[in-house]
Formats: sequence, C-alpha cells, structure tokens
Amino acid sequence: MAVITMTINDELVSGVEGQSLLTLIREQGIELPTLCHLEGLEARGGCRLCLVEVQSTHRLLPACTTTAQEGMAIQTHSERLVRYRRMILELLFAERNHVCAVCVMNGRCELQDEAAKIGMDHVRYDYLVPELPLDASHDKFIIDHNRCILCTRCVSVCDSVEGAHTWDVMGRGVNSRVITDLNQPWGVSRSCTSCGKCVQVCPTGALANKGSTVAEMVKRHDFLQWILDGREKKQWVMQNGGSEGRR
Amino acid sequence: MKRSDLQAMARRELERQQAVRCRLLCCASTPCLSSGAATVQQALEQAVTDNKLDAEVAVVSTGCMGPCSRGPMVTVQVAGQEDIYYENVTPESAQRIVVEHVMANQPVAEKIMPSDLPFFAKQHKIVLANSGLIDPERLEDYVARDGYSALAHALREMTPEEVCAEISKSGLRGRGGAGYPTGLKWDLVRKAPGEKKYVIANGDEGDPGAYMDRTLMESDPHRLLEGMAIAGYAVGADQGFLYVRGEYPIAAKRLEKAIRTAERRGLLGSRVLESSFSFRIDIRIGAGAFVCGEETALMASIMGRRGQPTPRPPYPAQSGLWECPTLINNVETFGNIVPIIAHGADWFASVGTAKSKGSKIFALAGKVDTTGLIEVPMGITLREVIYDIGGGVGEGHTFKAAQTGGPSGGCIPAEHLDTPMDYESLRALGAIMGSGGLIVMDNASCMPDVAKFFMEFCTDESCGKCVPCRVGTVQMHRILERITNGSATAADLQILEELCTMVQETSLCGLGQSAPNPVLSTLRFYREEYEAHIQRRECPAGVCKMTEAPTLALMEALPRRIRELGTIPMSLA
Amino acid sequence: MVESRTRSAASPDLPHPSGDPRFALIDRTLKRFRFQQDALIEVLHTAQEAFGFLEEDLLIYVARQLKLPLSWVYGVATFYHFFSLQPQGEHNCIVCMGTACYVKRAAEIVAALQTAYGIEAGQTTPDGMLSITAARCLGSCGLAPVLIVDGQVLARETPETAIAAVQLAIEASAAAGNGRSSQLDDSYDEEGDL
Ligand SMILES: Cc1cc2nc3c(=O)[nH]c(=O)nc-3n(C[C@H](O)[C@H](O)[C@H](O)COP(=O)(O)O)c2cc1C
Ligand code: SF4
Ligand code: SF4
Ligand code: SF4
Ligand code: SF4
Ligand code: FES
Ligand code: FES
Ligand code: FES
Repeated sequence: MAVITMTINDELVSGVEGQSLLTLIREQGIELPTLCHLEGLEARGGCRLCLVEVQSTHRLLPACTTTAQEGMAIQTHSERLVRYRRMILELLFAERNHVCAVCVMNGRCELQDEAAKIGMDHVRYDYLVPELPLDASHDKFIIDHNRCILCTRCVSVCDSVEGAHTWDVMGRGVNSRVITDLNQPWGVSRSCTSCGKCVQVCPTGALANKGSTVAEMVKRHDFLQWILDGREKKQWVMQNGGSEGRR
Repeated sequence: MKRSDLQAMARRELERQQAVRCRLLCCASTPCLSSGAATVQQALEQAVTDNKLDAEVAVVSTGCMGPCSRGPMVTVQVAGQEDIYYENVTPESAQRIVVEHVMANQPVAEKIMPSDLPFFAKQHKIVLANSGLIDPERLEDYVARDGYSALAHALREMTPEEVCAEISKSGLRGRGGAGYPTGLKWDLVRKAPGEKKYVIANGDEGDPGAYMDRTLMESDPHRLLEGMAIAGYAVGADQGFLYVRGEYPIAAKRLEKAIRTAERRGLLGSRVLESSFSFRIDIRIGAGAFVCGEETALMASIMGRRGQPTPRPPYPAQSGLWECPTLINNVETFGNIVPIIAHGADWFASVGTAKSKGSKIFALAGKVDTTGLIEVPMGITLREVIYDIGGGVGEGHTFKAAQTGGPSGGCIPAEHLDTPMDYESLRALGAIMGSGGLIVMDNASCMPDVAKFFMEFCTDESCGKCVPCRVGTVQMHRILERITNGSATAADLQILEELCTMVQETSLCGLGQSAPNPVLSTLRFYREEYEAHIQRRECPAGVCKMTEAPTLALMEALPRRIRELGTIPMSLA
Repeated sequence: MVESRTRSAASPDLPHPSGDPRFALIDRTLKRFRFQQDALIEVLHTAQEAFGFLEEDLLIYVARQLKLPLSWVYGVATFYHFFSLQPQGEHNCIVCMGTACYVKRAAEIVAALQTAYGIEAGQTTPDGMLSITAARCLGSCGLAPVLIVDGQVLARETPETAIAAVQLAIEASAAAGNGRSSQLDDSYDEEGDL
C-alpha cells in the first residue's frame, strides 16, 4: 500500500492510500465529531459534523466519506467549522424533543457529548416540538422517536451486519422517521432477530433497552469490529478487553 | 435500415408533403391542449372534409409553437407563401380559416399573430427548430427534416474521440443548471475504464414554473433520442435511460412510441443503422420528488431506491449507475447535439457569447403580456426578453423582478435589466441560469413572501439525509413566516442570514446548497422590504396580512427560553 | 395524473390466485422487468394505477415478489409524493402551486377550496368525495393559475371558477350515481390503447 503525505492543521502527516480523511485525522489524535458515521458501518455523510476545509476546493468536505489524497491540505477546526458544527448541533436539538434530564442516555449520549464539548449552552432556533410516538412493543427494546437524529446507524447495522434489514426510513425531509417493517410496531416485526445491534450503535437515547431508567443506558460498539474482523479475516480480537465501546 | 434507406424515407415524405397544397399545423402540446386545441383540430379536420379538401389539405398536430398563452395556435403553410400564425383559435375561427384562408386565400385578419413581432424575430431556434413544425408522433416527419442523418454521419465518418472533440469545440455547456462543459464530461466518461457504461437524459425538470424540457420531449422526441444515441456512441455506452418527470405522462407516451418506432426501423437497438454500434433506450418515470433531478439521486431512483443524493466524488462519470461510468445530461443539452454534429461546432459557437455558446430556451411566465416558450441566443438582455419578446408587463404595472433558476435561483431587479443572459453574468447577480424558468413579477409581488414560497418548496422537497438542509430549511421558513406575518424581530433577520450561509456551505447536495439563494438574492436587492416588514410591520406590496402582533414574538421567546433549560446538555462533570 | 404508463398491451393473463384481476397487471410489470429489484418504482406505479392507492397487502405482495425487505418497500413508497397509501377521493382537484401559478395567486384558490370543502391540500373529504392535492408545476405555466379537476386541465382560474368546476364535477357524478368504479375502468381503457 502506497504511503501518502498531506497536511492537517499545518502539520505534515503521512497515511496510507485509500484511507478516509477521518481515519487519518483520528490517527493524529485529533477529535472530530461524527454523529452519523461509526467505524465499521458504511460512511454516509449525513450529519455534516465532520466537515473539514480542504485547500484545493472551496467546498467543505465530510471527512468520513472523503478519501485522503497525496498533497491535500486540510483544516479541521477553523473558526468557521466550529461555528457551523455548533449551529448543526443546535438544529438537531431544535428538531425533536430532547429533554436530557429525563433521558435514558443522559451523561452517555453522543449528541449531548458533542454539544457539551463545543460549549453549546442554548439553542437559538425554534423548537419544532413534533408530536412523536414512543414504541415499547418490543420485548427487549424501545424506540423513542423524540430522541432520534436520523443518523440511520440502526438501518445500516441491521442491514449490513445483522442482515435483517428490519429498519429503514420513511417519508422525507423533516418528516422522515425510522421504521420497522411496514411501519408496524417493532414488537410484531417478523424480520427482527432481537439481536440488539441497532440499540448498541444508536448515538442517542432513541434506541434503548427496555426498562432502562434515566441516565442508565450503556452502549457498546466494539462488537462491530469483532464481527467484521471475524467475517473477513477469521480473527476474533476483542479490543479494550471488551468493556464499554465508546471511549 | 441503412443510410440510403433513411434518405429514401426522407424523399418519400417530402414528396408526400409537397403533394398537398396546404398544411394546417395545429399545436397539440399541453398548454394549447388545455386551452382547447383538441376541439380546434377536430373543427379543422371537419371543415376540410366538409369542403372535400382531403386531397389537397393536410391537418397535422404538432408540438409547441412558442406563444402558449395565445393558444390554441394554428399555423397555415401554403406552398410558396409565408407561414401564417393564428392565435386564440376557436372551433368557429378554425372553420373560417379553412373556408376563408385556405379556400379563398383571404387570411382571417383578426386572428393572425403577425410573424414580424419581436416575439418571433428575436428568437433563434436551434433546439426547438422542429418544434411546432413536425408531427412528433411520426418518424417520417422528423426524417424529412434530416432526422437521424447526424447519427448516421457520426457513426460512419467520426470516431468517438472526434465526436467528443466536436462537442468540446462547440463550447456547449450543460443546460440542466450548472453549465458544466458538455464535451469535457463526455470525454471523461469515454476515458473512464469500464466495459459497461450508461447514458442518462435528465428529464425530471423539477423547477416549478419551467416546462422547456417537457416541450422538447413532447414536440420533438426523436431529436432527443438521436442526441442520446450519438452520446452513447461517443462515450461507449450501449444503454440509455430517459428519466421523465411523473407529471408528464404525454411526454412519456410520445417518447415510448418514438423509441419503439426507432427500434423497429433499426435506428436504435442492436446494430444501429447497420453499424456495429448498439444502443437501447429505456424510460423511467419519476414519482414526484424534486431532488431526483440531482444526478446522484436520479440514479438512485432509476435503481428503484429512495431518491437520496450521495456525496460526490465519486462523480457519475467515474461511478454512476450500478457503479459503472455514467453520462448524465439534461434533455435540452441533448437537444443541442444533433445540430452541432449536423452543422458543425463552428456554426454553433458563432451564436452566443464568449463563454456561453448557442441558445437557451426559457419558459417565460408570470406578469408579462405573452407568456410561453422562447429560444434566444445566449447573451440577449433581460430587457429584450421581457419587453420585446414578452411584450412588457402591461399597462399600469411596474416591473419589479425577474426570477430565474427557480428554487435554486434568484431575483433580478429593474436596475439590472440590461444584464446579458449568460451563465457568468447571472451568477454574478446571485441568480443562476438554472434550467430556464423565467418568471416576471410586478409590484403586486412581495419579495419576502417570494422567498418564503421557495423556502417552503425546499422544506417540502428536502430528502432529509443531511441536517443543515433537513432542519435548516425549516428554521429559515419559520423565520420568513414570522417576517411575513409581522412578528419577526431584528434578531431574526440576523439568524436568517447566518443560517443561509451555513446551509449553503454545509449541505450535502445542490438542493440544500442552493436553497438559501432566493433569500440571499431578495435580501441583496430588496432589503428595505424585509426591513419594512420587521420594523414597521408593513408589507409594501400589500400581500402579507401581518396578522400576528409583534409582542407575540417576545412572548413566544419566553417559553422558548424556559424550555431550553430542560434541554441544555448536562455538564458531564 | 398517474396516467397510463404500463407499456405492454393488455393481454388475457390468467387471473391471480387471490381472484383479483388487478394483480395480473402487477404481475405483467414484474415479468417485464424480470423480477429485478431495481424495478420497484415501476412496479409501484403499476400497482397504484391498478388499485388507486397502495394498500398494505399490496406492498407486502410487491416486497415478496421482488424479494425486498418490507421496510425498504415502505421507505420507497413514502419517499415519493406520487404514491399514496390512503384511498383517494372519488374526485380529485390538483391545484398548481408552481412559481408561475404562485405569482398569479394560486394560493387564494387553495385557500378558497379549503374553506369550501373543509380539507387542506393533501387531504380527502370524510365522505370520500373529493381529494385536493397541490402540485408543483403542471407544465402549463403560460396559462397560470392552472387546475386539474378529474384529469381535465383548466387554465386561468380564479377562486370562484375553481370552486364552480369542482362543484360541477361532484354534482355530475352524483347525478350519474356512481363514480369510483368508472375511474378504475378508465385506467383499464388507457392500458389498452398503448
Ligand atoms: C436539487 C437539484 C435539482 C436538479 N434538477 C434538475 C432537473 O430537473 N433537470 C436537470 O436537467 N438537471 C437538474 N439538476 C442538475 C443535475 O444534477 C445535473 O447537473 C444535470 O442533469 C447535468 O446535465 P447538464 O450537464 O446537461 O446540465 C438538478 C440539480 C439539483 C442539485
Ligand atoms: S438523546 Fe441525548 S441529547 Fe437527546 S435528550 Fe437524550 S441525552 Fe439529551
Ligand atoms: S434488534 Fe437486530 S434485527 Fe432487530 S432491528 Fe435491531 S439490529 Fe435489526
Ligand atoms: S434510532 Fe438511533 S440509530 Fe436509528 S436513526 Fe435514530 S438516532 Fe440514529
Ligand atoms: S441537501 Fe437536502 S436534498 Fe440534498 S442530501 Fe441534504 S437533505 Fe437531501
Ligand atoms: S460523520 Fe461525517 S457526515 Fe456524519
Ligand atoms: S403549447 Fe401551443 S404554442 Fe406552446
Ligand atoms: S407553475 Fe403552474 S403550471 Fe407551471
């Protein structure tokens, strides 16, 4: 594999051809928020939080879907990028009903985390306050649409890792919603194997174990690499001793 | 069919046409049909039969002649005389046309639309050259006007490289909006590695208020097929798709028929014109989603999926339909191919401006005297289009703005009426050429309300994949709603402007990236109108009702802040 | 608006096991596309034409035939505005809300229809008589504002003429005594003439 060199935030770095910008950036120990992308799932470029400035183009490019190329020069935390990230997070908080104080993920939520890290302490936009249901028909899990940010990690993991394709998205625009089967209650879904993968990868309190109470839900992502490596390389190596996946 | 058969077909058809003394062309395109063209045609046919003129007079249904608002339109062609256009034809006047004009050579003066009007004189028809003159449902009619000879010429006399080079040399740029050089795109696809390649004609025409692609598909379907086939030969594709907007069933039907006729005659399908080149074309019907005009979303839709765009790169030229190199061009772009190959790149490049070559079709609509479809040389000024061709905004009305580019475009105010219509000049004004919608507004239009109209469109049509567009457009719409109902504050305007730039720069696809354009452009030229709404709660155009009290805005802000407390992300300490 | 777009000529296909002959139309489209999953949208077009709207059973049938997940089919069917998962009214009135029509005050027509029939654009009256839909440009911008009542394009409308046209359509069918079945027959006819 060919080695490439490029500059990230004015530092010269080297990486491997074919790597995504995101991987390369993270290898340098630089934190970049990613709410839709998750290592092991197909990059989608939906949340726009990982946008970076690339010198050769006037467009901002998402690090998760862009391949690193020889000679690229990028900025990851310019004033403009940070401002936009903050605005995007505000938009997400305004879109649905996030009341952290009573949420199962309070304290461990990726959305909340990113907002805290960037210092987002208020929302300047109208809360859209949509009326959305909570579906608790499944034996083990619940889906609370009020907390969903439409990252579609659940759709992706259920399709590409579990292979069930129980989830998909219905409608479009701000009226989109994740659905199981024919927009039926999750509990009656015949395709769901109750594997729980979707719950584990969900960045927010939208998907949770049934019965979790406020701030109780813990999620792990490490199974993803475990399964994918097992599938591709026939190697099963548990990282971080198999404890909590994130961080 | 061979090239010589093609020539024989043309000869036979010309003889057939010359056998009649007079041809009555009756527009059967959608706008005229909705003004009653079908009954007019029946009346013409009836009158011809009643007067036993069947042998010497032919009634032909054609595509759009241009001045749609004056429809139903009828053209009378008498051998050796100039064509005469009739407007607002009724069944009764149709009868008179036959009796007085055709039989007694006394044209029906009060129904004539003079052909020396600037409406006709200032136009330059390249793409629409056949529109309104041929019967779109008859291959022979097209062939008689040299149809498919450009394809025959390209197949026999030119290599694929040469075709691409000719298109590059012509300076043709994409008519779908962005104006990307067509020749360059073809060459990219031609050079892209891959056995299987595709050609797509984008007939989704999402701009609400534009219908040139529809007209081209309905009025001259074979030109489009021939253009696509030439493209297929040039890039090495053997399969084409025609993506037709769902609202256009007539276009889809005519194209379907045209494809089948062409295949039967060996002009499409396997071994085109007995060469080694094969090219099939399939139609796909859209299902009501503006975003499917975007190329990556359109390809997702052809593959039967949700029409959501994917990040570029990879560009379709590298990896498009089923991951194969794919050429995608607008329908009007394809409409330019045949004349370029037939008359040469230099001829084409002699029309237009230095950077924008050829002609552009505009759908002229709104507050102008004659609305309809016009094809003008690039670089013509807006003033000529509106005042000469369109006949002005009418007595007692004042021109206020011309909107181009639909929901991705902007408004051009009176002080810029002398701007030449080309890609660069329009972009410099914050408007875009777009696909060719051109809507004229007078003083009865309120600009913040116009911006709200387009923003509502974008919230409706956002696919929902990325956050800035999905939620940002809704927030912008909310603010515009407040501005137009009298409850906005100065802070709202600032937030709106910030959102505009953010959504522009961070959205995934062109829909989101261009959604703020109507706001930014109206803010640029009509800022005082926004301020009147906000500061004085006045709508200068008298459109907005200003139903909400301004204090409400403050009251509304209060519970908002309280609710925030519950949602401020907890500190993680 | 969803006019005939199935291309194969009507042929005396065998009746479907369910006994509903309309499934034969879907089967024909499925066969034409050799049951390829990419044909989903085309199949849904045919299904909606034949049945008027996409019932749950129909979506399940299509998903089975194309071997696609249910949620996938549902996701596609709800993405595109042409597909309707609810039955449509006996009569429909499509108001153009494209730019040209907006500039010529189509919003007033929509508002007038809303007041007159108590439903918003996109809804059907409770008695199933009328559906009102807003469209984005019907391609007759020169004749704005434009309206389509039961398939007939009406140009240069005003709120008054619009309501009159809708009323006329409703009364005509009330006089004739039946509406829905004749609509379905229409779609068969169109099938035949292609
Ligand atoms: C939201 C959106 C809508 C679009 N709609 C259309 C359309 O209706 N027709 C079209 O030809 N191109 C449309 N485009 C542009 C296409 O993506 C593409 O650039 C074009 O078809 C390329 O053809 P051209 O090079 O011939 O212009 C749209 C783009 C965006 C972002
Ligand atoms: S999902 Fe996260 S951000 Fe939303 S309420 Fe729960 S903890 Fe807060
Ligand atoms: S539990 Fe497993 S099978 Fe069920 S929806 Fe989630 S990921 Fe899919
Ligand atoms: S449920 Fe969770 S994983 Fe699925 S889209 Fe919503 S936030 Fe993402
Ligand atoms: S910009 Fe809008 S339409 Fe485009 S991908 Fe994002 S949400 Fe979809
Ligand atoms: S993580 Fe890259 S766009 Fe969401
Ligand atoms: S439709 Fe008849 S002139 Fe345009
Ligand atoms: S805008 Fe109404 S027909 Fe085009």
